[in-house]
Amino acid sequence: MNTSLSVKPTSFWQSLSKFDWIYAVLLLAGGIFSYQRYASFMDVYEVSFLFGAVALFSYMGWRWTAVARLVLGVAILSLLAVYSYQGDLANGSQRFLLKFLLASQSAVMWMNVLFVLAMLTYWLALFQKSAFTAKVASALTWAATLFGFVGLMVRWYESYLIAPDVGHIPISNLYEVFILFCLITSLLYLHYEKLFNTRQLGGFVLVVINAAVGFILWYTFDRHANEIQPLVPALQSYWMKIHVPANFIGYGSFSLAAMVAGAYLLAKRGVLASRLPALHVLDDLMYKAIAIGFAFFTIATILGAMWAAEAWGGYWSWDPKETWALIVWLNYAAWLHLRLMKGLRGSVLAWWALVGLLVTTFAFLGVNMFLSGLHSYGTL
Amino acid sequence: MKTPVSLSQRVYELLSSMRFAVSLLTLLGIASIIGTVLKQNEPYTNYIVKFGQFWFEMFEMLGLLDVYHAAWFLVILLFLVISTTLCVIRNAPLMIKEWQVYKENATEKSLRLFSHQASVPAQQSPAILQEKLGAFLTSERYRFKTQQQGNGDMLIAAKLGTHQRLGYIFTHVAIVVICFGGLLDGNLPFKVQELLGLKKVETRDISSRKVPAESRLGVNNLSFRANMTLPEGERDNVAFVRVRDGYLVQDLPFTVALKDFRIEHYATGMPKSFESDIEITDPELTKPIAATIRVNHPYIYKGIAIYQSDFQDGGSQLKFKLWDLSAAKSDGFDIDGVILQKGSLGDGAQKMTVEFNEFRQFNILNLSPDGKGKPHNVGPNTTLKLRNASGQAREYVNYMQPLQLDGRAYFVSGMRETVQDEFKYLRIPADDEMEITGFMHLRQMLRNDQEIANIASQVAKQMPGDNASLKAQFEQSLQHLLLTFKQGGYSELSRIIESAVPKDQREQAAQTYLKLLNRAALQGYQMSRAQRQLPPAPENEATVAFVQDSLNAMNDLFFYGTPYYFQLKDYTLKQASGFQLTRSPGQNWVYLGSVMLVLGIFAMFYIKERRVWLLIKPAQQEVLLAMSSNRKNMDLDQDFARMQQQLASVLQTTPSA
Repeated sequence: MNTSLSVKPTSFWQSLSKFDWIYAVLLLAGGIFSYQRYASFMDVYEVSFLFGAVALFSYMGWRWTAVARLVLGVAILSLLAVYSYQGDLANGSQRFLLKFLLASQSAVMWMNVLFVLAMLTYWLALFQKSAFTAKVASALTWAATLFGFVGLMVRWYESYLIAPDVGHIPISNLYEVFILFCLITSLLYLHYEKLFNTRQLGGFVLVVINAAVGFILWYTFDRHANEIQPLVPALQSYWMKIHVPANFIGYGSFSLAAMVAGAYLLAKRGVLASRLPALHVLDDLMYKAIAIGFAFFTIATILGAMWAAEAWGGYWSWDPKETWALIVWLNYAAWLHLRLMKGLRGSVLAWWALVGLLVTTFAFLGVNMFLSGLHSYGTL
Repeated sequence: MKTPVSLSQRVYELLSSMRFAVSLLTLLGIASIIGTVLKQNEPYTNYIVKFGQFWFEMFEMLGLLDVYHAAWFLVILLFLVISTTLCVIRNAPLMIKEWQVYKENATEKSLRLFSHQASVPAQQSPAILQEKLGAFLTSERYRFKTQQQGNGDMLIAAKLGTHQRLGYIFTHVAIVVICFGGLLDGNLPFKVQELLGLKKVETRDISSRKVPAESRLGVNNLSFRANMTLPEGERDNVAFVRVRDGYLVQDLPFTVALKDFRIEHYATGMPKSFESDIEITDPELTKPIAATIRVNHPYIYKGIAIYQSDFQDGGSQLKFKLWDLSAAKSDGFDIDGVILQKGSLGDGAQKMTVEFNEFRQFNILNLSPDGKGKPHNVGPNTTLKLRNASGQAREYVNYMQPLQLDGRAYFVSGMRETVQDEFKYLRIPADDEMEITGFMHLRQMLRNDQEIANIASQVAKQMPGDNASLKAQFEQSLQHLLLTFKQGGYSELSRIIESAVPKDQREQAAQTYLKLLNRAALQGYQMSRAQRQLPPAPENEATVAFVQDSLNAMNDLFFYGTPYYFQLKDYTLKQASGFQLTRSPGQNWVYLGSVMLVLGIFAMFYIKERRVWLLIKPAQQEVLLAMSSNRKNMDLDQDFARMQQQLASVLQTTPSA
């Protein structure tokens, strides 16, 4: 009998390599170690997040080996930093390795530098039409992401060194979430880079990431907002650990979509058209980014409502931040209706996605700058 | 000929159309912006002051002061619910059909018209082909149905991911469920009762017990969000719901007592936690329930959640030294004040009432000159209002401890005439013992004509040389200078200069006058210290600065507005905790809707719907492959190409034995 080879796909578990298993076991070991050591700092929800993260990152690493390598890299460098600190914050400005590489401020600075270099390299690759240069740009983006995550992890540790009651996950103020924004947007981009097998959009997406880098630099040097501050009572909740990242997957995707929309509009007018992916590819990428952003933004808003119900006494207070989240949601809901139900394509949606970025930016930053309300944690 | 369409049919078409839905989403978004730009639910006087009577009335009429509960906003929401419901009603049957059916009745002719179709050669017998194709589709997770066609062809109709269609229904029903939950938690019942004249908003400032029934909400009220402020050691069984410029009283089915309220701080002085120990008593309980409420940790009893919302002063007792700035004698006298209570000062036309409004034990301020230093706790302050006989009031905020400003210590007192103004700050320099007394005595010296004469004569005596007439002249002009300053401060001085000195010499004259004034004041300070049996102050930079600051403060006192300086000396703290009490029966509906929404969104985006038809044509020795999806994305092209390839390899003819 003729049974063809390609008919039977291997099951998911069979498809895992030896590396995949080692990776997962290491993650689980790390999770158990953290639990044993720090369980007293965590409530039941946070314990579930810990093991949820083990499962999530195992899965992500299995599906995308580069993430596994990133996670391992972050773990190794972070542990090295923790070891170098020897439990004393002062070592951060004394030991060479910390001062110039791994202390959170240094790592974040490395992230900034690498993102700038990555953007320039991507643009160079676009003009040279050089696959090699583009690969270098990808590598730089990965390196920037690695240092960004190390910066956050080490900052988390440093916050506990200041005082045990000051310690908290570093996603609590504008400085910290801007780093998170850079990292999430960069990972989303790298994902699409692999999925669509094109490095031509890097220059565009890195523009929005570098805008955030610019903000981080201004915020650091002009406002000195990079110092670790303790948490106000309203933020002392396990909800923060899921609400904020979910929100930034949304913001990151919407920004990415807007950058792709910009590329689309340029290509449509013949600018760089020969160097960019085909229009229908750009269109599809824009849709995929907005879809994932919308899904996570919805989750984030719902989580926010649940948190609000616990902290402010009501799941919806028409606080400016809440209202602007709703406006962002409605905006992309309308966008998706037009695309999915009406089958609309092309320039109108691209322009809409660009305007969407303005709306999103206002919800993210403008509300903190111009409006007052319950969400006044990150003021400028 | 077209069939005539009825009006109701046309309305139905409109309301359930995509165009209408997208327009509504956009409209709702834009309408929502208003409430984020214009501050909502502020006290009405704030709007009047800010925008004027005309615009205030305009805004109120348009419902802009509480947009999200305005009738027109609710109408938009209502239309959104109607539109969504009609969409579901209109499309759900089709979606459910799409979800269920295999479309096994497709004809070859229609399949040939697909954009994604191809013929694959297949030489095996129909039975083997059917088996192979079945196994292939199963391995690709398709479900299928087989249909024998009249001409001997066999059609396999397969589908994958049709659950996506449920996503549509889930998301849209979710919106309706969420809005329903929101409606349950809205204040619609009250609005209806208000329209019918059954309920009325209370605007008077009266005790909650005296509020009439028409402004009370019963214990059975389905849903509310109310506030309650309890001073430590007190209890209450009502809460207040703020409505427009007034309030309603919400009766509670239990009594809450505040045992203790605590604020903990980080080492930096930032607040770390707010905690209230409460006790709930209820006739249905044999013994009271003790609970601790913190931010993010509410306590729920009888479906009513009690949240830590804010805190304020609950009647702290303050001890002041009151300095009467107009009196001839310089010693202050002691008075007591209780926060939220009033007192009176002076008599007759000079009578003033003092309202002790607020006391704050911790004030985290950033006092570094460039604003870049670290904020820290500068100690307690109190806010009080002094109201004269005609009802005009000035508000003062006084710090208990001297604040370090530009490296020197000052007693700081802010003054403003209306709530809209910023505070203007008076800085009184602290003396070498960190007391205000040094300044007060010096000021007294410089306000006493006899002492002024003494000062002038002392300074003149110290003048080098022995020209008696020159000295006498100098003494006289010094005396005149001090009297002028006493009269009206720097501005009086500059008025004199302007009237007596030619324009081009004024600058120089002013410099000279100020130098002399400082010299005389220093002399006055030393003399006041001598009178208080204190050693003379060292003639150094600090003393000079103190004297200069004292003159500035004396000058600023002309603009202080009232002749009283309240120096906070001591306090006994009594705090009040602010709770929010909510009953929200819609919450679980909203959460249910939220879960449906998320499930629906993921189903819609991440379940790929694919339909595949495989028409086995024994006569032509081929299989016709056609593929379709409800969404024409790039993925479809890729999937089709992949399936075509796989199919070719599955159907590859092995040389039959």
